[in-house]
Amino acid sequence: MQDTTANQVAANATSSFTEHLQRNRPGLLPYNQPFPAAPTGPGSQPLQVPHATTIVSLTYGGGVLMAGDRRATMGNIIASRHIEKVFPADRYSVLGIAGTAGIAIDLTRLFQVELEHYEKIEGTLLSLEGKANRLGAMIRGNLPMAMQGLAVVPLFAGFDLPAGIGRLFSYDVTGGRYEEQEHHAVGSGSMFARGALKKLWRPGLSEEEAVAVAVEALYDAADDDSATGGPDPIRQLWPVVYTVGRTGARRIPEHDLAAVAAAIIEARTTARREA
Amino acid sequence: MTQQFYVSPEQLMKDRADFARKGIARGRSVVVVSCEEGIALVAENPSPSLHKIGEIYDKIAFAAVGKYNEFESLRQAGVRYADVRGYSYDREDVTARGLASVYAQSLGAVFTAEQKPFEVELAVVEVGDSPADDHLYRLTFDGSIADEKGFIVMGGQADKVAETVDGGWQRELNFAGAIRLAMKGLVTDKEAGELPASALEVAVLDRNSESTRGSRRAFRRLGDDEIAALLSEEN
Repeated sequence: MQDTTANQVAANATSSFTEHLQRNRPGLLPYNQPFPAAPTGPGSQPLQVPHATTIVSLTYGGGVLMAGDRRATMGNIIASRHIEKVFPADRYSVLGIAGTAGIAIDLTRLFQVELEHYEKIEGTLLSLEGKANRLGAMIRGNLPMAMQGLAVVPLFAGFDLPAGIGRLFSYDVTGGRYEEQEHHAVGSGSMFARGALKKLWRPGLSEEEAVAVAVEALYDAADDDSATGGPDPIRQLWPVVYTVGRTGARRIPEHDLAAVAAAIIEARTTARREA
Repeated sequence: MTQQFYVSPEQLMKDRADFARKGIARGRSVVVVSCEEGIALVAENPSPSLHKIGEIYDKIAFAAVGKYNEFESLRQAGVRYADVRGYSYDREDVTARGLASVYAQSLGAVFTAEQKPFEVELAVVEVGDSPADDHLYRLTFDGSIADEKGFIVMGGQADKVAETVDGGWQRELNFAGAIRLAMKGLVTDKEAGELPASALEVAVLDRNSESTRGSRRAFRRLGDDEIAALLSEEN
């Protein structure tokens, strides 16, 4: 291509905030920073930073739901009991993060700005697939950090307005994007949560039932995984739960979650089961 | 090699200013009105997709008259500036004052250094907690900046339109009243007494978007139906 003014203008026109940062302010990107190599060899310890744990997501009759527990761990220490790991990405999508909390929270902020930036520049919302692909590209950008043990693994869910259904996407550390059916979980407690979801999920759940299923799946994860936090009636801490339907993303209020968690604890106390 | 004629700096600046003014005067007007419910931005614009009014950030909106390609590139630059600032500091650190001063500097630089000045006039407005906290900045092609109170009128027949708007403006207007007033101003120099909703582009900055819509983004574009409903509403 000739290096004409018109070509330059076209090359500089970007609706992507990440691309803009990459060109003009690369230092602001959460990845992309020069980073000393991790010590290797016998007896070397991985870097001790807070890790976010379990996220579950499931579809229901009116859309899709995502929930996350409130614990971050650093080795055998509980780094935070209050951390929130599920965020609204824009009006019609949410994302949950597992992995290195510091990088994951910055990536989330970047992703939120990315979607809003596109909407403001273009005057229209990005398609759900477009959003999922952008997130995949960001996770791939973080691959050098992931190789050093600072991986971020998100779960992305949103309402597909043209199709009229809720959809969910999982990722691997290389940015690979996989659409999941029915339900999915990521993070250290995901194995147990996924087992619970298999038994509890059924097609056409109502929103209230879906919330109860998600909280119970997280309860099971917390039961067997020390890095996942269960509902905490002493501190009044409940999982963070978002639903996304045709009218947009909605955070389930604390008092609803308190009631759902109380019902699960009550049922399990009555059943007097040990395992 | 050809010898350039000497042109005095006064004459050069005057020629450039006249050129820019002529370009702006050809366009249709835009009216921005601060009122009780927030800030209403009204433009005469038959195109439903090529906007003269845009969202910059949570509480900040942008309106322009003049050449589309020029103000569109300024709008995009504004969105980038605001998003970078909000991302690197915090959302509440993005202010209309900061953005207006960046616009003033770039308009000033283009006016003096480039082949031709921008033929645009801009309004950068920020909605506050009360009408007294609203900020309305008006920027002209040469980079001069004015802090206006109550309303801004820009474009071709700005003086005549401003006279009409000034006559009817009061702080207690609601959105319906503010949009009707802007419309009254826009038809000042026309034979027809009214513009159809499809010929108007209207957007508002809601003063209490957090409590009424649960969104920190105050900017909202109104559809033709909504505009028609507001215009026909009784006082």
